[in-house]
Amino acid sequence: MKSAKAKRRWKDRGLSGIVWLSGGISAAILLVIIGYIIISGIPHLSVSFLQGILPMVANTLFIIFISLLLCIPLGIFTAIYLNEYAKPGRMVRTIRFAVDCLAGIPSIIFGLFGMLLFNKFLGFSYSMLSGGLTLTIMILPTMIRTVEEALKSVPQSFREASLALGATKLRTIRKTVLPSCLTGITTGIILAIGRIVGETAALIFTAGTVNGMAFSTSVSDQFGLLESGRTLAVHMYLIAKESVSMDEAYATALVLIVITLVINGAAGLISKRQKKFD
Amino acid sequence: MNSRTLQRISAETAKWIFRAASIFSVLALLLITVFLIAYGAPAIFEIGPKEFLLGTQWQPNAKIFGILPMILASIYITLGAALIGFPLGLLTAVFLAEVAPPRLANLVRPLIKLLAGIPSVVCGFFGLMVLVPRIMDIQGAGNSMLAAMIILGIMILPTVVSISETALRAVPSSYKEASYALGESRISTIFRVTIPAAKSGILTSFALGAGRAIGEATAVALVAGNKVQIPSSIFDSVRTLTTNCVFEMGYASGLHQRALFATAVILFILIILINIALSVLGNKEEKHE
Repeated sequence: MKSAKAKRRWKDRGLSGIVWLSGGISAAILLVIIGYIIISGIPHLSVSFLQGILPMVANTLFIIFISLLLCIPLGIFTAIYLNEYAKPGRMVRTIRFAVDCLAGIPSIIFGLFGMLLFNKFLGFSYSMLSGGLTLTIMILPTMIRTVEEALKSVPQSFREASLALGATKLRTIRKTVLPSCLTGITTGIILAIGRIVGETAALIFTAGTVNGMAFSTSVSDQFGLLESGRTLAVHMYLIAKESVSMDEAYATALVLIVITLVINGAAGLISKRQKKFD
Repeated sequence: MNSRTLQRISAETAKWIFRAASIFSVLALLLITVFLIAYGAPAIFEIGPKEFLLGTQWQPNAKIFGILPMILASIYITLGAALIGFPLGLLTAVFLAEVAPPRLANLVRPLIKLLAGIPSVVCGFFGLMVLVPRIMDIQGAGNSMLAAMIILGIMILPTVVSISETALRAVPSSYKEASYALGESRISTIFRVTIPAAKSGILTSFALGAGRAIGEATAVALVAGNKVQIPSSIFDSVRTLTTNCVFEMGYASGLHQRALFATAVILFILIILINIALSVLGNKEEKHE
């Protein structure tokens, strides 16, 4: 009897130890990856390196701009429709199914699709426009879900108060609902930017791999929309894969990690400021 | 026109804009499916479904396109990643939801979230510089299925942890209290009551993790090598369904290019199968009263 009790106590301790160990390992993995990239990247940073990656940074910003330009309205409108207008039924189920599926499709498939539709069928070829449009579709599910979460957090009483004052539904959404979930929308946008910055597989065959800045100030060149160019993450992939320069790869990995940390930190800070409605 | 009609028109217009925007997602999904299948599926029949799916040789110059080695490599790597990522992820979720003091959990949780934000190319680079040389010390060239399994096992952790944690937290405390009342300890309650009660959410997290692993391209391209062969050991260099597209799409044309799109179709089908499994699990979701 006594030994059975003791055995059980040891078993409990063992299980509990495994759980603590797992939590520790998971946290340690992240710290090791970030630590390794930072420590081995810093010695390779230099002014000439930073000047060298400026075109890729510019291309990344260009693609972010194009993707968000379409994705923000599409995401917000879809979330508004799903949360404020639609009645439960086949239509909503279909839309949700599509959003879930899109979220589960790997980025390489988006890349191949973008190549077929934008590069070939619509004739944009390897270009910022093809890359930006492909990423619009890829990040749309994230945007829709984040905005919908934010909309759901706005209490029903806010809407009722506005409607009771005689405001129309549209005005209620514009003046009451959307302003109350501005932080949620901002978080969604920041997360979307994070995904675009880190994306490679969906861009290699859409925006292409040209080593240079695509953007141009000239209207006759359509601001470089139809030019090909590699983003920073694609650049990182190409130099690591071809072993062009491991020094540069280390430094680029560091830059990408720092951007990731900044973006995650910003998203965390902003969502902490999200008002809690009671 | 009075202001009331104007108001009604703008309300109707807005509603239609919102509806049109939300149909965009459905349209995008349809377009992706149609384009991929229209471009890839005919190639499967041109090559011959049996030759394509069961062929072991991939020689574009000789017009031989068999993808069995890549299908197997993709499946093995996903299974390996699952073997690492599922138990570690689930136990970490248990740690965060049930065991860790809230303050510690609030410290660890953002770290796991951060892991989700690290670009896959950086994870792959880490694998290339840190794991591959270590594996080379043991056996082979280092670029191997094993390296890909470990990196993907790490990359699917955030998905498994966050969804499993949500599921564990949704288990009503009355379940646990009943177990305590029967004399069970805290830890054995977790394993005998809480985890079984959160089963469907945990399985969902596994399915999403597996989907992420099988579809990952760049990280695998950096660490798994590039040899078209049926893998016989975890130290083998392999090419997967995703890396086949990544490596060759840039210069392929004609039937070769269409065969690559056909590879993507097969990948797409595998992911749809995982998604169907996912929605079946979701529908079975137990209702906690």
